[in-house]
Amino acid sequence: MQFMLLFSRQGKLRLQKWYVPQADKEKKKITRELVQTVLARKPKMCSFLEWRDLKVVYKRYASLYFCCAIEDQDNELITLEIIHRYVELLDKYFGSVCELDIIFNFEKAYFILDEFLLGGEAQETSKKNVLKAIEQADLLQESETTFASSCVKLIL
Amino acid sequence: MSPSVRLQEMIRVIRGARTQGEERGVIQRECAAIRAQFRQADNGTRSHNLAKLLYVHMLGYPAHFGQMECVRLIASPRYNEKRVGYLGAMMLLDEKQDASLLITNSIKNDLSHNSQYVQSLALCTLACMGSAEMCRDLAPEIDRLLRASNSYIKKKAALCAVHIVRKVPDLGELFTPAARSLLCEKNHGVLHGAVVLITELCERNPDTLEQFLWKNAPVVPELVQIMKGLVMSGYSPEHNVAGISDPFLQVRILRLLRILGRNNDTASDAMNDLLAQVATNTDSSKTAGSAVLYETVLTVMDIKSESGLRVLAVNILGRFLLNNDRNIRYISMTSLQKIVQTDHNAVQRHRGTIVDCLKDQDASVKRRALELSLALVSAVNIRSLMKELLLFLSSCPPELRAHTTSGIFNAAERYAPSQRWHIDTILHVLTTAGGDVRDETVPNLIQLITTATELHCYTVHKLYRALITDISVQSLVQVACWCIGEYGDLLLRGECEETEPVQVTEDDVLDALETVLQSHMSSPATRGFALTATMKLSTRITHNVDRIRSIVSIYGSCIDVELQQRAVEYNALFKKYDHMRYRGSVCGAPSVIEAKLPECKSPVPSSGLSHTVPGPATSTSGGDLLDLLGGLDVSPAPPSVKVYEKNGVTLKLQTDSQTDTGMTITLTATNSTDGDITSLTLQAAVPKVCFGLPGCLCILYSTLVSDEMGCPDWCFSTQVQPCFQNSWDSL
Repeated sequence: MQFMLLFSRQGKLRLQKWYVPQADKEKKKITRELVQTVLARKPKMCSFLEWRDLKVVYKRYASLYFCCAIEDQDNELITLEIIHRYVELLDKYFGSVCELDIIFNFEKAYFILDEFLLGGEAQETSKKNVLKAIEQADLLQESETTFASSCVKLIL
Repeated sequence: MSPSVRLQEMIRVIRGARTQGEERGVIQRECAAIRAQFRQADNGTRSHNLAKLLYVHMLGYPAHFGQMECVRLIASPRYNEKRVGYLGAMMLLDEKQDASLLITNSIKNDLSHNSQYVQSLALCTLACMGSAEMCRDLAPEIDRLLRASNSYIKKKAALCAVHIVRKVPDLGELFTPAARSLLCEKNHGVLHGAVVLITELCERNPDTLEQFLWKNAPVVPELVQIMKGLVMSGYSPEHNVAGISDPFLQVRILRLLRILGRNNDTASDAMNDLLAQVATNTDSSKTAGSAVLYETVLTVMDIKSESGLRVLAVNILGRFLLNNDRNIRYISMTSLQKIVQTDHNAVQRHRGTIVDCLKDQDASVKRRALELSLALVSAVNIRSLMKELLLFLSSCPPELRAHTTSGIFNAAERYAPSQRWHIDTILHVLTTAGGDVRDETVPNLIQLITTATELHCYTVHKLYRALITDISVQSLVQVACWCIGEYGDLLLRGECEETEPVQVTEDDVLDALETVLQSHMSSPATRGFALTATMKLSTRITHNVDRIRSIVSIYGSCIDVELQQRAVEYNALFKKYDHMRYRGSVCGAPSVIEAKLPECKSPVPSSGLSHTVPGPATSTSGGDLLDLLGGLDVSPAPPSVKVYEKNGVTLKLQTDSQTDTGMTITLTATNSTDGDITSLTLQAAVPKVCFGLPGCLCILYSTLVSDEMGCPDWCFSTQVQPCFQNSWDSL
């Protein structure tokens, strides 16, 4: 996978993950053009399109578009499954996820993505394991913060 | 108040801004505060400030001043700070920034951290934005992790190694042994990572590919085993997706098998059974199953599989074509496109369904169906398939029209069952989509019509009818004008075998041409065609020559220089040489052939002139003129001879064919000076003594336009009027 974009129906970017190096200007340009192209598609059209020299796979979930750019040899159908798996993970984590969850907790959305995909490829194919790892990492974060704040209390 | 609420508070405030200006103001304030905070010593809020900055960055605002903060946070001992720091690094830093090198050391340390979650952060960041330098530095670390760590880390290290190999292909050798041993793991995540890594290694380096095929413990049998396990295993809740056990892993294994079996018979044999099993046992009612089947088909078609398996694969694609899901239909056509050359007959069987897809709503599906249909055209199905293509053309989306027309023309040219069919097809296309055809269509069609001598009457009738219906399509109008000018006498005769003849008078025909001349829809080129046609008719009609004369003289003062020039020349023919204008048939009507000008955007069509002249063949040299006349059926002609070359003007004579009663000679004139040559008069005489027949004389009164516009193949652009005289008379 070259990059993944999440954007709303108004074209507002909610998440962007780039797996190939691009200049900031180029990223903005690509994002703008691709968002325009995808938003112009009608509801019943197929989920794949050829854009520049990439294959783009997109799917709309409620008010969010999930859009991945894959290489020529990648399997489009399995990419659809990858997108679906990511949505399931978000759903399980946030409990019935909606766009606002992703807006206000964008860093968590990234953490979940980074636990599922690495370098553009799926790293864990078991939903349970991904969620478990996130949970553990969150606990680690929690415990550190609690420890830190309790230390502060002690000192004071 | 927990600091992270401040982040959410900021997000709320930004979203509450009603205008772009207001939003900018809020963000500027926040950024200033963040910058100030960064400058201060550690106060426990650094991670939240960076998170705020990352949000602002996602909205599109500059955030480069946060780069150093990322570096600092990554070096922090606290996990939450590391977490945000690494996230920031992946978002703000890439290999082009200098700051990225500064985190190499931190990454190195974190790779050996006690906590696997810290290790995981380092691996993730390296795999996302690691530059070639960083990769080279850290590759040994990754290799170590590949061998000795828990599965959580191994799976990440494998994908990190994939990234390293992509950045620095030479390092592939380093990872090969470890990659091989990873295939023995049970953990799906590790297996997946291992398969991806081995795929990458084999694709980059054919030697490595050989290694994996033959040396110590070849992988193919092992992969086949793993696949079998996945396909035949019962329900496994952890990896099950819609009834398929770990489709992600299955797809990757199939892809690796494809690469291994591609040019290798033994390997292909070893996987034959497995592929057949997967193809028959996989349930394709949901996307996951279809994904696996799709990958299987791709693999079967790419390796050296036996024919039975190939047929099975094409049948799967055929089934996909009938699927309700549009995505599956699209995928199927993409795959069929890849194999249409090699397995043409197998794909032909599904032609009906493919043609149906031309009517789909989705533009992508339509495009695929069009490509495939064009590839499936053959001599056998040309008639029925062309009907469908023409139907498609009438309703196809505008962006596909040009492609469709050129595809139709190519197909018609290759497989036309008869000339009449060919002409009909081209005319149909011009009527439906004449605005989207290529420029060479007009001369091509003219050539085609010329060679189809028995159909002249039919063609001119058809084109006349088309012309009086609609004069907006320029290409069609141009051809119609030319045809009427050329064969107007057949039109006026009022009889035709092939089609219902029209009963027209000379006035009607001239009316039609005049409408074209006067219409604001006609382009200058079209007007040129119409004027020339009008002029040509002056030798073919008997009663209305005066009308023609008046039309022509009107255009003598036309604003368009091209038209004006022609009109003036034609006028001169009327005035000075009227007694020599063609009356009656002495040697047969000359056939004017429009020659193709390769890549020349000339508003004036060039005409190569050939007329029947009795007499011996002149000696000739050089055969370039055959290219100019392109496609014309000339018998192997003696080469052309340069008869005149002076002051930049070159004239060549070329004998095209010689029969008992006549001979066809073509004259080409070239102007290689900077300016136009006007008032060129050429006299060519043939002694009448030779065959006891009256000699013939031809006069060219023309302007040779300079070829300085840089069209190397442009020979000349003139209008020529053949004139014949019964006896040789010098002027």
